[in-house]
Amino acid sequence: MLDNRGLRGNRGKFERGQRVTVNMTKGQAISLQKSDGGTLTAVRMGLGWQAAPRRGLFGSRTREIDLDASAVLFADKQPVDVVFFRHLVSDDGSVRHTGDNLVGGVGQGGDDEAILVDLARVPVHIDQIVFTVNSFTGQTFQEVQNAFCRLVDETNGQELARYTLDGGGNYTAQIMAKVHRVGQGWNMTALGSPANGRTFQDLMPAILPAL
Amino acid sequence: MTAELVRGQNHPLPEVRLEVRVSAGKPIVAGATLSDEHGKVHGADWVAHPGAPTLPGLKVSRQAAADHRLAVDLDAVPQAVHRVSVLLALPSGVGGPVRFGAVAAPFLAVTCLDGTEVASYTITGLDSESAVVALELYRRQGAWKVRAVGQGYAGGLAELLTDQGLPEARQLAGSINEAVAQGLARAVAAPPPRTPDADRHRHAAAPAPGPDQTHGGAAHQGTSGSASPQQSPYGTSEPQGAASPYSTAAAQDASSPYTVGPQEPARSDHGAGSQPGPAPTDPPAAATAGGPINYTHPGRRTAAPPPPPPTAPLGQPGQPTQPVAGDATGWSMDERLYNQVWGMFEDLARTTAAYRSAVDFADSRMEQELDKVLSDPRSRIGGQGDAAREAARAKHTQLLDRAREAFDRDLAQLRAEADVVEPALPPAYARWDNPVWHGYRVPMETPMALRLGDLHLPESDNLRIPMLVRLPLERGLWIDSGPESGHASFADSGELRALALETATALAARILAVHPPGEFSVHVIDPAGTGASAFAPLVQTGVLAASPAVGAAGVADVLARLTQRVDLVQMAVRGGAPDALPPGIDPSEQLLIVNDFPHGFDDRAVTQLRYLADEGPAVGVHLMMVADRQDAAAYGPLLDPLWRSLLRLTPVPDDHLADPWVGHAWTYEPALVPAGSQVLQHVLTQVATARRSWNR
Repeated sequence: MLDNRGLRGNRGKFERGQRVTVNMTKGQAISLQKSDGGTLTAVRMGLGWQAAPRRGLFGSRTREIDLDASAVLFADKQPVDVVFFRHLVSDDGSVRHTGDNLVGGVGQGGDDEAILVDLARVPVHIDQIVFTVNSFTGQTFQEVQNAFCRLVDETNGQELARYTLDGGGNYTAQIMAKVHRVGQGWNMTALGSPANGRTFQDLMPAILPAL
Repeated sequence: MTAELVRGQNHPLPEVRLEVRVSAGKPIVAGATLSDEHGKVHGADWVAHPGAPTLPGLKVSRQAAADHRLAVDLDAVPQAVHRVSVLLALPSGVGGPVRFGAVAAPFLAVTCLDGTEVASYTITGLDSESAVVALELYRRQGAWKVRAVGQGYAGGLAELLTDQGLPEARQLAGSINEAVAQGLARAVAAPPPRTPDADRHRHAAAPAPGPDQTHGGAAHQGTSGSASPQQSPYGTSEPQGAASPYSTAAAQDASSPYTVGPQEPARSDHGAGSQPGPAPTDPPAAATAGGPINYTHPGRRTAAPPPPPPTAPLGQPGQPTQPVAGDATGWSMDERLYNQVWGMFEDLARTTAAYRSAVDFADSRMEQELDKVLSDPRSRIGGQGDAAREAARAKHTQLLDRAREAFDRDLAQLRAEADVVEPALPPAYARWDNPVWHGYRVPMETPMALRLGDLHLPESDNLRIPMLVRLPLERGLWIDSGPESGHASFADSGELRALALETATALAARILAVHPPGEFSVHVIDPAGTGASAFAPLVQTGVLAASPAVGAAGVADVLARLTQRVDLVQMAVRGGAPDALPPGIDPSEQLLIVNDFPHGFDDRAVTQLRYLADEGPAVGVHLMMVADRQDAAAYGPLLDPLWRSLLRLTPVPDDHLADPWVGHAWTYEPALVPAGSQVLQHVLTQVATARRSWNR
């Protein structure tokens, strides 16, 4: 529902709420119904990561790792729009990227990049939104630690679900999660499938099976 | 043969050894970045800049200058390089202009070594940006091409380099600025920033000890088509302004409320861009390196405008709240309404994008499904094919219905908002039929924006968005009286010309009416007197600076005076003495209306007009052409840059304006005075009275 500020309504900061996080495992799906039965209107997909410290003499020196979060909007398994660091807002305004973070790990455990989704405003033909993370600088996830994605109720700051990438692997991208329509509401599914690629375009073949 | 590129256009390069010539009128920094096939700059050693002017195959100037020649040898650049981006930036921290909107449109030409021009590009439409990617030379299937980019960055070099994926963008931007500042220290003094002399008295106000607020005058130029995200008033948190308040407090032309003299207490230009963002806007590193010391507290946030005042009580849960006029951020009602109108504009653009995309998808899916039915041999047996076709059509209708429902819901909401906003608008933003014009009083301060007309989309014909552009005008206006707009119904070109003149008169009257007395003068050039009846309201009430100039002599006289004025103000400003103008010079902003161009113009006059269009806006001389481009066809491409530098408006509804978010084609309708209304006379009479008493 377009409230009286319309798209302009959901740009505020959220306050930190108490945590009743679901720690998700690969393949698990949760429904985005509120505990009081209402449906969520706006969610934030937050991504965070830290560069793993290098072993050796200058172990305190870490290399900067630029991970990029992207969201691909699908209608009936066809990509319709994409939100990433070069296109920060979907044309319809329902999905917004808060901006590129080139180094990661600024806040210990905070979101480094976030994508806001105004579920109520997602165009009717869009039925899945897939969130991906890829390493723009080319390091593999072996050099990343504490990478996670979490879904936050943007209206009250409550964390709904968190999915932590366990153990780095020899790949440069992750298809993290998808948010998809189920009946009148939305579900989130943790995907966690590894892939290789520098930007989301490279990931398309890996995303399609997950739809 | 030179190709005059427009933004986004590309052109093949005949040779690999080239020169890129830049001229900008003001000292600027020119550099270049090398990037790989993904558009990524690998490190500081892939950037040629004044501190490191030579790279394999690339050489740039060591210092900021008004004219540059970049030498390029594309055979010599590393194989990994797929793109060479030529970038321009305003030197920061040296007291010069801080935004490209304040300097003449930069011009670039790619030439062969023998001097023949391959392609040229004038970067128009820049505003608050302080750095811009001008051109890129790129590999395409083994050959090199050039593309006009023109992507500006309000956050300066740091933001530009960050966008190119350079990890240590900020440090590099800092060191570039330092190198430039050192270069400038050796060179002649940089000309001080622009000082529209209408603002001269405001500079008397001491540079206020810095409010820790970066200048965020992200002004808009209407819908002129630039899709740069930095221009969105609702953009995410980009750092605004490129210099510390200390280096620019005296330089900003009264944009910051803290440098405003008593004459203009509430002029608050900043803030349109500095909404409370989700992250603090750090002062860019560029501000600290090389320039004056930045005393800004690093942890303190940019001052944000206060939130909107408490509005109507929230509606029932689940019900949309009642819209309220002024429901947006801003320091004044003026600014809040401005932001609200731009918010409605963006909402309508986006909700329409959602609707169109759903309809397109439904159409293409149905087409595919019908094709499949057709090619499936089984469908030829019995009713299977018909049933499948029926199902595909039903799915199509169902999706369209849902899309329409969502769209109608949003439209109803925006319409309700427009219904409360429109009556609340101040004169500068209001339609001529708004009752606020009947209670018109000559204002004491200039508003932040002006309504040029209405915008609407075909899907929502009865929802009109006011087209507001910031004042002072950044570009001249061109009211197109030609049949180019493709309106065959207006086959009578005389009728179209009359409407164009009426539009021009209404706009000129509006501009005069929203400025305080003595701050704005209007001149008219009407060589053959064909506009006499249309200009009558302006002439009879006596609001013009002088009666319309006629004949070649009149044209020459007005142009000579305005050109001289631009020259004198520029000289005074460059000499650092903006107050030292000769007594005969009118210190107010000027608007020159030119009718019947090029009638009565000789070559010299045409040259002067182009000069005014280029140099005028920065020193408060604006141009409004009422012209049919075909009339000047004899000049050939010579005048193309002139037409392109002007914002084209049409006297009849025409869909030629694009929004900055998704680029829909919006139909523009001019703001005309309703037929039979006396409001223009009423308003202009008051303006004339105020001018007389002010002159006394």
